[in-house]
Amino acid sequence: MEFRGTGIGQGVAVGPVVRMAERLPEPVDRPSHLDPAREEERARASLSVVAGELQRMGAQAGGAAQDVLEAQAMMAEDPTLVDDIVKRLADGKTAERAVFEAFASFRDMLAAMGGYMGERAADLDDVSQRVVAHLLKVPAPGVPNPGHPFVLVARDLAPADTALLDLGQVLGLVTIDGGPTSHTAILAREKSIVAVVGAADAATLADGDTVIVDAANDLVVQDPTPEQIAEARERIAERAARAAAPVTPGALADGTPVPLLANLGSADGAEEAARLGAEGVGLFRTEFLFLDANTAPSVTEQQAQYTRMLSAFPGRKVVVRVLDAGADKPLSFLNDAPEENPALGLRGIRALRHSEVILREQLTALAAADAATEADLWVMAPMIATVEETRYFTNLCRELGIKVAGVMVETPSAALIADHILKVADFASIGTNDLTQYTMAADRLLGTVANLQDAWHPAVLRLVAQVGEAGRVDGRPVGICGEAAADPLLAVVLVGLGATSLSMSPSALADVRASLARHTREDAERIARAALAAEGAAEAKQAAQEAAAASAPTPTGTPVP
Amino acid sequence: MVERTVRVGSSHGLHARPAKLFTQAAASSGSTVTIAKAGGTPVNAASILAVIAQGIDHGDEVTVAVDGGDEQRVLDELVELLSTDHDE
Repeated sequence: MEFRGTGIGQGVAVGPVVRMAERLPEPVDRPSHLDPAREEERARASLSVVAGELQRMGAQAGGAAQDVLEAQAMMAEDPTLVDDIVKRLADGKTAERAVFEAFASFRDMLAAMGGYMGERAADLDDVSQRVVAHLLKVPAPGVPNPGHPFVLVARDLAPADTALLDLGQVLGLVTIDGGPTSHTAILAREKSIVAVVGAADAATLADGDTVIVDAANDLVVQDPTPEQIAEARERIAERAARAAAPVTPGALADGTPVPLLANLGSADGAEEAARLGAEGVGLFRTEFLFLDANTAPSVTEQQAQYTRMLSAFPGRKVVVRVLDAGADKPLSFLNDAPEENPALGLRGIRALRHSEVILREQLTALAAADAATEADLWVMAPMIATVEETRYFTNLCRELGIKVAGVMVETPSAALIADHILKVADFASIGTNDLTQYTMAADRLLGTVANLQDAWHPAVLRLVAQVGEAGRVDGRPVGICGEAAADPLLAVVLVGLGATSLSMSPSALADVRASLARHTREDAERIARAALAAEGAAEAKQAAQEAAAASAPTPTGTPVP
Repeated sequence: MVERTVRVGSSHGLHARPAKLFTQAAASSGSTVTIAKAGGTPVNAASILAVIAQGIDHGDEVTVAVDGGDEQRVLDELVELLSTDHDE
């Protein structure tokens, strides 16, 4: 049995399924048919079992998790709570309902205290669910910990779940809901966990089933044959060998250089990126400096952060994107008015123009950091739609001492007039996530339209081709800095369409490097033409796979079985 | 019954780990122990929920009362616990 979903990354995993039990419904408030003393016995027994379980889990986990779990164990048998439960039982409630209500009342009290106490409210919820589950004799919801490596199958994961997840034991993730931009997908990308998200039919998987999670082919295989398992294990070994291969600069088989750069969101990841062979930074997001802030940080503060990051890449290119606020990342001091359609609203360069002093300060801090370090700083503006906006931004950059000023191509408009835009801007960088969202008119954060959020769509590829062509004619670099660059085969297509550098999560570098090395420039252009000519995303991917198989001496690493 | 008033030494107050350590000690002491914030009603010190619900912060004055068992020794131990910083 095979299930389709959206693969995150290029990995393969094999292992036993452990399902994450779903949250329990609220116990019905009906009179108990048992007497209160009997209900109290039931409640006390379940509270004691859960406290024991939590103690055991704590001892196993150790460290900070042990303190949290032991505190939870104490909550389960807390005398104040038990008194409250007993009082509710005296009113004729069932043990399930009394436990639920008692925990909920303490929970509300803690939540109302806010801050640290508010966070403990979630711990109480978790204990409450465990006790009610034990009373009902159903599996406890929450992140499982079976004590052996497993493939986690869940409806979707909440941030709190992933924080508790022991990543050392997770071979792979399969979610039933959730798209490529869900929290699970982001976590999987960040931590290089093999994942297939949005596999609706995976709801039929049961604990203990053996599955192959094949992210490269967007597949989950239930009860695979020994041959399929052997093949998967071979691919796992091949991939491990690729990851261990010496790090070389990105290049096609004929030696054409294609610099491979890293997407970073703070200075912290710089060292790891360099270790994995990033030849620079293709997208440095600066939002982290501004999130959680009520006012923009000062020039001096910003300059210190930029200097720290640029120092990690002496002699290397670092492309910094100025503040991209609005839509899914609103900032109180930039986006003050609520909007009906924030993705189409005052965001990116539009918001910065509205508050020009913030942009001026950021560019001033960047220019100063550039002067103080050896890195090759490029700066770009997000959400450019017109030549006029391009001119506004590049003029301001020149005035404030930025040497290389470019734009992001995220709107179909910018792609369609890239020839004009690249006469003004020094370079373009295509943000494929937003370009896909705007081209397909499909909200990238909405699971229900996630099937349209696919950069393989020829509508998106045609726009990329236009930008590539404009870059070639005007002699300007055209980079890619969206998730599309992290897909090894799509990366080849993008280069064939005229991309001159690729920027991605550092964890994707090894696979993309290996894939580029299998094709010449001529191959890449031929594969790109095959994809462009297709009528849809799936057809484009298939056409590219077939074209790619013809060019390389060995088939590309991830053939469709 | 013996009681003493002490300033809380934990830099994050009586939350999380310090609260857990204190309630564990109170629960296993064999005595009946209460804790009260200055001007507040005493609550069962063996109840982690009651203790954290007091919202006791670093530097707050709390009164610990111990009844029954080895009162003086239990009080000394609990006061010692409360005045130590467990969040280093």
